[in-house]
Amino acid sequence: MDHLVMETPERTVMERMEQGTAPPPEAETPAACTFEVKNLSIWYGEKRAIDNVTLGVASNAVTAIIGPSGCGKSTFLRALNRMHELTPRTRMEGTVLLNGDDLYSSTTDPAIVRRRVGMIFQKSNPFPTMTIGENVVIGLRLNGVRNQKFLNERLEKSLRMAALWDEVKDDLHKPGTSLSGGQQQRLCIARALAVEPEVILMDEPCSALDPIATAKIEELIHELKAKYTIVTVTHNMQQAGRISDYTAFMYLGRLIEFGPTTKIFTNPTEKQTEDYITGRFG
Amino acid sequence: MAVAASIAGEERSVQARMASPSRFGDKAFEWLTLAMALAVVVLIILIGWQLWIGSSVAIKKFGFHFLVTSTWDPVAEQFGALPFIYGTLVSSLIALLIAVPLGIATAAYLTELAPLWIRQPLTSLIEMLAAIPSVILGLWGIFVMIPWLRDYPFPWLKRLFGWTPFFSGPIYGPCMLAGGIIIAVMILPIITSVSREILRSVPDLQREAAYGLGATRWEATRIAVLSYAKKGLFGAVILGLGRALGETMAVTMVIGNTPQIAASLFKPGYTLASVLANEFTEATTDMYLQALFEIGLVLFGITILVNLLAQLLLRTIATTSATRAVQ
Repeated sequence: MDHLVMETPERTVMERMEQGTAPPPEAETPAACTFEVKNLSIWYGEKRAIDNVTLGVASNAVTAIIGPSGCGKSTFLRALNRMHELTPRTRMEGTVLLNGDDLYSSTTDPAIVRRRVGMIFQKSNPFPTMTIGENVVIGLRLNGVRNQKFLNERLEKSLRMAALWDEVKDDLHKPGTSLSGGQQQRLCIARALAVEPEVILMDEPCSALDPIATAKIEELIHELKAKYTIVTVTHNMQQAGRISDYTAFMYLGRLIEFGPTTKIFTNPTEKQTEDYITGRFG
Repeated sequence: MAVAASIAGEERSVQARMASPSRFGDKAFEWLTLAMALAVVVLIILIGWQLWIGSSVAIKKFGFHFLVTSTWDPVAEQFGALPFIYGTLVSSLIALLIAVPLGIATAAYLTELAPLWIRQPLTSLIEMLAAIPSVILGLWGIFVMIPWLRDYPFPWLKRLFGWTPFFSGPIYGPCMLAGGIIIAVMILPIITSVSREILRSVPDLQREAAYGLGATRWEATRIAVLSYAKKGLFGAVILGLGRALGETMAVTMVIGNTPQIAASLFKPGYTLASVLANEFTEATTDMYLQALFEIGLVLFGITILVNLLAQLLLRTIATTSATRAVQ
């Protein structure tokens, strides 16, 4: 399972982008890597949640992490922006590089990591005491941006990117929680986009949404791929098949198989992957 | 045969019971709980009524003047409660000014920042503070707190803020400020533990939203936790205020017990609760007793009024946010 970045593949991601809807990459390993995860292990107290995972996350692509409940996929995702450290008594080993920077070096501030790596959660979580507009720009405000013109521009840009602008442009002063579930989730995406992160992590972003709202988010993920690297955790294998370019299958904290989504879904190497994908367990 | 017959009989009775289950238990339970709930209301009304009856002659004699005059002369049977009302309100306000920031900050430390191993012991210690009998705290106030306050913080306050009327004049020791401080100590545990429960009830998803944007601990506490919990924290403050208004023993021991209205917080004061505790045994004449009953009625009224106002305020906050939440 040495799915590390090794050589330059024949076609770069950019070339694929130019060809329109990116065809599934042929190379086994991602072209340019945003994240390089090496020998990552994570413990919650005595329990080992992630066991020696090594993988590279491709730039400007969607990487889906699938696996049965408790396989460590959420923990792995959270390790990519040090969110798992909010849980008490965690310990990690290994390295995570974000565009070459060690996220876990002793001089790295987790707050800075999280500004570079945005996150969307299972349930939408806009701040209920803030308006729609305030919710979007709060990240910039935390960064000390005070220029109202800049904030307004970024507000519109982020909401447009999250495909929410047309629905809320007249209601920016209303509370974020006045929106529907799907709209709230897109508001959270806009909030994450406003600080222009390098990567967006999504932890089962559609699990609390109805099929129509889910379809909208999936479409959005497809569009965001042009500008952002996206890592998403999903329970829903059809969804992983629809939205992702690469798929990682995890089981009991281990990375069982990682590769282009088409390969994982049509011709998996490992027996366990095949069993999971065909619904024989999980 | 006999066994079979008894089983068959049992089966019939079970069937009968299931067909028309008795609602007696349900009904009894409903009435019982209703009676309990009503008992509380009845008790409050009875107390108010009793105070009213006990002070009816005084109310008739002094009327509204009782609330706005300052003479308290039992010998001449002149009774005005204004200094006591003033003392109660001011000492409670001082207590809130000290205890609210301290209590909420402590609660935020306990839920957001403190290392896990320190949370439980610290919480228990704070709750233990509530278990100290009021009279012990009063003794501590007289023999430890007041001499210390008189020697160090009070002169310092006077040097810094002596130019304002609040910190001018001679420093005796027992005074309004000392009373407020001792009440602050007494209401700190309730404000802290209620605030802590409220902050703990803030969903982790809110914290994660803030941390996910790169918020620091303080920023996450401010934008995700404290602002989410605003309403509940206000409730904690009101609960503390309720306690502060009625606090008796410890205050009586340190406030100086002089019925006067003075701007300087270094001057002694008197509270409604303190005058009741001090003078009930010496109330020899009927009118004196009547006046003290009326003091009780005023204190009762103030506490109820404060609670009503608080609930009204909470409801307006709730309805405005509810109407805002309508799609």
